[in-house]
Amino acid sequence: MASYRTPLSRARGLGAAKHGVGTWIGERVSALALVPLTLWGVYAALRIAAGGYDFAVAWARDPVNATLMVLLLAVSFWHMQAGLRVVIEDYIHTTLGKSALLILNLFVCVLAGALSIFSILKVAFTVGAS
Amino acid sequence: MSEAGKTVRERPMSPHLSIWRWHLTMATSICHRVSGVALYVGALILAGWAVALAQGPAAYACYKGLLASPLGLVVMFGLTLSTFYHLANGIRHLVWDAGHGLDVKSANASGAFVFAFAVVASLAIWAIALMIGAV
Repeated sequence: MASYRTPLSRARGLGAAKHGVGTWIGERVSALALVPLTLWGVYAALRIAAGGYDFAVAWARDPVNATLMVLLLAVSFWHMQAGLRVVIEDYIHTTLGKSALLILNLFVCVLAGALSIFSILKVAFTVGAS
Repeated sequence: MSEAGKTVRERPMSPHLSIWRWHLTMATSICHRVSGVALYVGALILAGWAVALAQGPAAYACYKGLLASPLGLVVMFGLTLSTFYHLANGIRHLVWDAGHGLDVKSANASGAFVFAFAVVASLAIWAIALMIGAV
């Protein structure tokens, strides 16, 4: 039986989902943002490790520290979600296993990101309870 | 020609991973992925630190004690190494994405630099940490 559908009509919808470029650029832009944020993070970690609880609380109350810390956490969790997603897609080829791991990866990153950012903001906004 | 046409020719197979000779650019690629997965765990440890800080002094002291334990220190050093490696090799990837340094000679040189940088920077940070009493 001859098909009257044109080759273009049959191919439509089967190709790239048209958002691969956005994903690719998102990975690179988050990587770029993480370069200065990570270097600042190492500096901050040294200072925090040298001090105790009171120092850490005073540190988190500084608006610059709190803002940069929230940005470091947000961009890191975004970037690692994208990174582990590629790892899962490379090695897991069963639909169910792949889907389950991709969703777990997303949930873990969003949950840990939300918990840590809320915690930093709570310390930053709490007045005089150190 | 007629004989060859009758028998099924042995198709050349892609060499299996185990017979590849290890080379530098291959190692840098694998290490990028491994350090990325290590930093995934590291970010969860960082999130745990933020939660412990918000919980109060007792939880914070407990968490800090955990990180300062022998196992905790080994993990923290591994994360330092992973951070500097992934950072430097990530920049190397960004340079590649911009279309530079893709020839074999440049890729080998940048790969060796990235390994050296990760080790030297990690040791330097831990030396500073020891000096300021952070460890």
